[in-house]
Amino acid sequence: MIDITVNGRPTQIDRPMPIDELLVTVEVPKNYLAVEVNEDVVPREDYGETIVGEGDRVEVVTLVGGG
Amino acid sequence: MTTDALSDSPLKIGSHTLTSRLLVGTGRYDTMEQMRDSLDASGTECVTVAVRRERLYDRTGQNILDFIDSDRYILLPNTAGCYTTADAVRAAKLGREILRTLGNPGSDWVKLEVLGDSKTLLPDPVETVAACEQLAADGFSVLCYTSDCPVTAQRLKKVGAAAVMPAGSPIGSGAGILNPANLQIILEYLKEDDEDYPVIIDAGVGTASDVSVAMELGADGVLLNTAIAHAREPVRMAHAMRMAVDAGRHAALAGRIPKRLYGTASSPQEGVISTRPYGSQADEIGS
Repeated sequence: MIDITVNGRPTQIDRPMPIDELLVTVEVPKNYLAVEVNEDVVPREDYGETIVGEGDRVEVVTLVGGG
Repeated sequence: MTTDALSDSPLKIGSHTLTSRLLVGTGRYDTMEQMRDSLDASGTECVTVAVRRERLYDRTGQNILDFIDSDRYILLPNTAGCYTTADAVRAAKLGREILRTLGNPGSDWVKLEVLGDSKTLLPDPVETVAACEQLAADGFSVLCYTSDCPVTAQRLKKVGAAAVMPAGSPIGSGAGILNPANLQIILEYLKEDDEDYPVIIDAGVGTASDVSVAMELGADGVLLNTAIAHAREPVRMAHAMRMAVDAGRHAALAGRIPKRLYGTASSPQEGVISTRPYGSQADEIGS
């Protein structure tokens, strides 16, 4: 198993995988999201080719109400 | 007077042109429907949103983007909740990415907010100036939340802020415009070499008259959230804010009369049928 961190939570995945696959359980439309890997924004066009692996810190964010 | 004589120029910030001078936040409403209807009643064209972690595996809530018409409103992502330059820059870039994929024109601007104290929600001026400089260099139009300190406001303009947004009073406090003198100084300084440089009063207003006061001081716009969202009737308060921003703007353009200690008569002095019983001083007075 591979240890990564997703939104601050320790998470295990069975192999390195592209962001697309990591987001497969997320139900919101993909254009409502932005993804950061190790504090760098990954453009949506690159989700298929950006591989998340051991020790990576992933943030998946959306927009909420705010002032 | 013709309607043309009452026309106003639009508010220009960075690449954006706004007819409404009211910018409205989308937080703290009871329901998404109430937020949507309040935005509609406010007449705003620009709404702020915050960047937060997606609840990944147990989605039960609604997404705010289902209730904001991306073709009607320019979204203004904020960096609310950030306390460091690094976090604020990350939040700004994440917001930009979401708006880019949405195809919303707001992807080139950000409301920068770097807090220094969780109780007052006052900004950290050192971190704010540093973040503003970085984001401006990265191509963002930065609308910069700040305190009512004229020196900080000048620094922000100097490092490239597209608009400076001093607080009327602490965020969400509803305390109104606590230091109009400082805001007046900020307006004077920042508009000295460019009268169109945008200064927007952001935060603290509680009711419609606070908005009018801000506009009468010469502000280019007002950004507010809680005053609408937590009013007893948010949609009606949104309507009131829409009129207040217009009232204050037109009053500012029209120019208020000077304040005087004594009265000056509105009716003619000549041809009065009454006598004046109180001696010579009374001869100067009429109503």
